Amino acid sequence: MHCADQRVERMPKEDLDRLQYRLLKMLVYRLYSFSPFYHARMKEAGVHPDDIRSRDDIRLLPFMYKSDLRDGYPDTIFTAPQDELVRYHVSSGTTGKPTVVGYTKNDIELWTTSLARALTSCGLGRGDVIQVSYGYGLFTGGLGLHYGAERIGATVLPTSVGNTERQIELMQDLHATAIACTPSYLIHLGEAAERMGVSLQKDTLLRSAIIGAEPWSLSMKQRIYETMGIRAYDIYGTSEISGPMFSECFEQKGIHVWSDIALTEIIDPENGEHLPPGESGELVMTILQKEALPMIRYRIGDLTKMMEDTCPCGRTHPRIERISGRVDDMLIIRGINVFPSAVEHAILGIEELSGHFMIEVDRKGPLDEMLIKVEMAPEAFSDKINDLITIKRKIEHILKNALNVGVTVELSEPGSLPRFEGKAKRVIDRRVF
Amino acid sequence: MQGEYIIKQISVFSENKPGRLAAIAEALEKSNVNIFAFSIAEANSFGVVRALVDKPDIARSVLEKLGFAVQFTDVIAVRMKDEPGGLHEVAQILGDAGINIEYAYAYSGREAAVLILRVSQAGEAIAQINAAGGTLLKESDLG
Repeated sequence: MHCADQRVERMPKEDLDRLQYRLLKMLVYRLYSFSPFYHARMKEAGVHPDDIRSRDDIRLLPFMYKSDLRDGYPDTIFTAPQDELVRYHVSSGTTGKPTVVGYTKNDIELWTTSLARALTSCGLGRGDVIQVSYGYGLFTGGLGLHYGAERIGATVLPTSVGNTERQIELMQDLHATAIACTPSYLIHLGEAAERMGVSLQKDTLLRSAIIGAEPWSLSMKQRIYETMGIRAYDIYGTSEISGPMFSECFEQKGIHVWSDIALTEIIDPENGEHLPPGESGELVMTILQKEALPMIRYRIGDLTKMMEDTCPCGRTHPRIERISGRVDDMLIIRGINVFPSAVEHAILGIEELSGHFMIEVDRKGPLDEMLIKVEMAPEAFSDKINDLITIKRKIEHILKNALNVGVTVELSEPGSLPRFEGKAKRVIDRRVF
Repeated sequence: MQGEYIIKQISVFSENKPGRLAAIAEALEKSNVNIFAFSIAEANSFGVVRALVDKPDIARSVLEKLGFAVQFTDVIAVRMKDEPGGLHEVAQILGDAGINIEYAYAYSGREAAVLILRVSQAGEAIAQINAAGGTLLKESDLG
């Protein structure tokens, strides 16, 4: 399979380790000297750049958190002056104050390089028409993918989100071969196309989708393939590390994280200790060459595991598995950890349902109650109340087995639950703690 | 011949909350569909609205466009005497023949009362009612 940068992408692992060590060492010296914020952090932790003698010594360095960016709003922890910045992105601030990320010319270059490798690894390149249906603007998805797609010589169709019918027309008229969007928008697009009498499978050339920015499951990937004939590739990133950066390759055996760009660790979220490859924990990333807003041991809050063996595609860089949940999304229902991603996985496996759902958590007396609203697929509708009650009980049974906690299921009318064009917010927690 | 007595009922899935029946009824009104008879069956958070209408195909497409899950269900309609014992007469015929009524609803029209039935074996029910001298309605008899 074709590589955007064969020499780097297939570099022997020992060379990658050495490269990471060198980049880390330079980064730490630079920050110790020029970042008052990080200088203070290192002093507090009692660590000096001279203490970093191997790649694994990264564990001596203090973590960074989302709150560091919020507290530093808008730009107090930037390490490049404004006149070196070429762009700002601002996160939506759904969980608090917004965070601002600044980019130097080199930062944009690095981000674009990372995405160019990712898109190439999915089999895309010159001759492809990539419809970018991520939001353009303060959100990183649209512009990030746009630059990456142009870099590999593809033709970009910058539709951004919304105006779905027009998107479907343009997709047909301009022969889009790939789309980049959120999973819920792709589903929404598929439904809208159906209403217009357009089959994405038969009436368009769309064969790949670069999907990310919100959690989605393997079953959704299968459903996308079966119903739309589209191979969906998982893409990963957050605005703090630049934006969408890394994706699966054509083999779809995990997300390749380029070692010359990011140093990846998986830790136990409780004690911060390293976990061995293959064990699930919290993802921590250090972006090795970022200039304007360096991120050292940044605790993104996503849960995944790392694989260090060489991918069948020949790329030597480590891979992370699809994100299984968020450290802070986890719901604790009657003492049991429940991940919304597990609910989604179970629901997508049930053929009577459309795949859309909402989770509502309440506290009745001393007990937590979890209500899951699901949408019936129109074909599954039966005129007999008994049949409907049977379906409802079956879903409750499947969810109870999947989550180890009892839930109440509510059948909703097709199309009645909210659709999300940006980040999906499928949990309403009304409990007061 | 029995086929002519099978009537297409429209069944609509609805959440059990204020305004849903109004939404269905409004859609039918706007497309000039007349409702001869209807019933609502409910279970906790959801229900099924069942109706006999003059233009079932239009009703179905209008409601589906609004996103409702809609089905046609075969039912039969029996004329009853609109006086004490009318229902007993019809129910007795089916009971004696061992035919189970899955659900039923009725309306009292200008000429007579009509019982709408969803039964386990429609063909057998039609034969038994005809044999006992009952009057079954065709789709064109409604209204």
